[in-house]
Amino acid sequence: MSDLLDDPAPGQNAPEFSVSELSGEVKRTLEGTFGRIRVRGEVGRVFKARSGHLYYDIKDDRSVLACTTWKGQISKLAVVPEEGLEVVVTGRLTAFGAQSKYNMNVEEVAVAGQGALMALLEKRKAQLQAEGLFAPERKKPLPYLPQIIGVVTSPSGAVIRDILHRLRDRFPRKVLVWPVAVQGSNCATEVARAIEGFNQLSRGGALPRPDLIIVARGGGSIEDLWGFNEEIVARAVAASDIPLISAVGHETDTTLIDYVSDLRAPTPTAAAEHAVPVRLDLLAHVEGLGARMAQASGRAVQQRRQRLGDLARALPRPDSLLDTPRQRLDRVSDRLPNALISGVQRRKLILSERAASLRPATLRNLVERRRDRLKNLSSRLSLRPIEQETERKRERLTALTTRLATVQTARVSRQRDRLLATGRQLDILSYKATLRRGYAVVRDGERLITSKSAAQAAAALIVEFADGQVAIRGGEAAAQGTPGAQGARGALGTRGAPASSAAPAEPVKSKAAASKPKPPKSSGGQGSLF
Amino acid sequence: MSTDTPVTEMSFEQAMHELERVVDQLERGDVALDASIALYERGAALKKRCEDELKRAEEKVAAITLDSGGQPTGTQPLDAG
Repeated sequence: MSDLLDDPAPGQNAPEFSVSELSGEVKRTLEGTFGRIRVRGEVGRVFKARSGHLYYDIKDDRSVLACTTWKGQISKLAVVPEEGLEVVVTGRLTAFGAQSKYNMNVEEVAVAGQGALMALLEKRKAQLQAEGLFAPERKKPLPYLPQIIGVVTSPSGAVIRDILHRLRDRFPRKVLVWPVAVQGSNCATEVARAIEGFNQLSRGGALPRPDLIIVARGGGSIEDLWGFNEEIVARAVAASDIPLISAVGHETDTTLIDYVSDLRAPTPTAAAEHAVPVRLDLLAHVEGLGARMAQASGRAVQQRRQRLGDLARALPRPDSLLDTPRQRLDRVSDRLPNALISGVQRRKLILSERAASLRPATLRNLVERRRDRLKNLSSRLSLRPIEQETERKRERLTALTTRLATVQTARVSRQRDRLLATGRQLDILSYKATLRRGYAVVRDGERLITSKSAAQAAAALIVEFADGQVAIRGGEAAAQGTPGAQGARGALGTRGAPASSAAPAEPVKSKAAASKPKPPKSSGGQGSLF
Repeated sequence: MSTDTPVTEMSFEQAMHELERVVDQLERGDVALDASIALYERGAALKKRCEDELKRAEEKVAAITLDSGGQPTGTQPLDAG
């Protein structure tokens, strides 16, 4: 229970602090104990806050030290910390009570030895190379004879003197010197601003813009030359529209600016030599050209004179030019009369050849030949073919007529045979045949009597036999009562009957007469019966 | 080409190149006579231009004066010895 609460017990004399008291105490102890110190290490993560303060780490293989450089202190740094750079920082150790952290406020940064500087330089070089700032196609050609040369260097000292001397020897020109610090912390910014400043000048202004820039510095240690290794210098050179010669340090010192410049001169003097040609040489050259030109012109005239003379000598006499045509004319005019005569004679010959064949006999022959042909044709013209044709047609007609008659006769005879056969058939089927066997047909006028009662009722009876009809008075016949006798008597009176019989017999008679021609054979039969 | 540029407007280098070309052409001797006369006159003008440029070799050295902000304000003679 007592362990849970702070319960000061006798014998406990440990001092008690508030947190802020402790923080203040720690801060005081740190600052008092260490004072101003130097720390060597590799720059780790670098962070520039929006406020302008710079925060970064310095580390070795085990520990990390937080460092701070305030905004106002940054411009005084000779080297701005970059990640990976081996540095020695100088400053004071302090604590930041609000976070229970300690850090170092750095006032100076120095690169830790040449090896570290070279490593940094290599890193920058690789980066700028990757961006293409060293590419050969970026290099601008230097003007052959610049009017104004801008020199970026210290206004005092051997460098500017060397340049001006050499320029004077070769070709005195207008020179604009832009004074800069060539070492120290301001060097890089001033050189970069000078290059940009020269580019901003306008041609023909109060400050005329140079045609060529020389950035020069004498020899020195790598630390002395370091400003020319800064990135801002390299970028200013790359951005320059004016061609630029770099001449920094001795021939063995190569700085970053040398990779970006359009030409790297080993020394300031060499830069002046590259900047201008030698005037006297040029004068001599121009003189030489003038002499050559005069000589060439004179020679050209001389050559033409010579050639003119040659050609004039080669020119033929004017009258000799006409010799050949004249000769030709003579020859042709000789041939002219002959040509006319021979032409006429040739035509005459042709005429006589043609005329020879032109005679009356020719025409006669022609007429004779035509006449023969006419005769021949007319002899072939006769009626015979037409007659023959007619004859042929007629024979054909006769044959056809004969065939027609034959066919017709056969047809009639066939019809007749058929008629006879049919007639015979009719006879066989007819009741008349029955009559020949002794039967008779009794009628009352037109009406057929088939019963005794009918016979008795009838006024008159007509009995038909095979060979004719007999008319009988109806009542008598019934009284007599013997049909057979009646028939026989009837038959006796047959001949006279038609003439003597009364009117009622008329239709019978006509019927019999009508039926008579129908069976023509029966007439034959009738004949044989009598 | 540079033939169209007036001689007075040529830079020294252009004038020199042109002069060399003219001399070459004349030396080859394949130019018509009247053209060669015109060419010679042009060559003479070019030579004069080059000579003038070479004679006008003036030396004038000045240092740029800067204000507190590092901006150029003017020039002052520089005697570098």
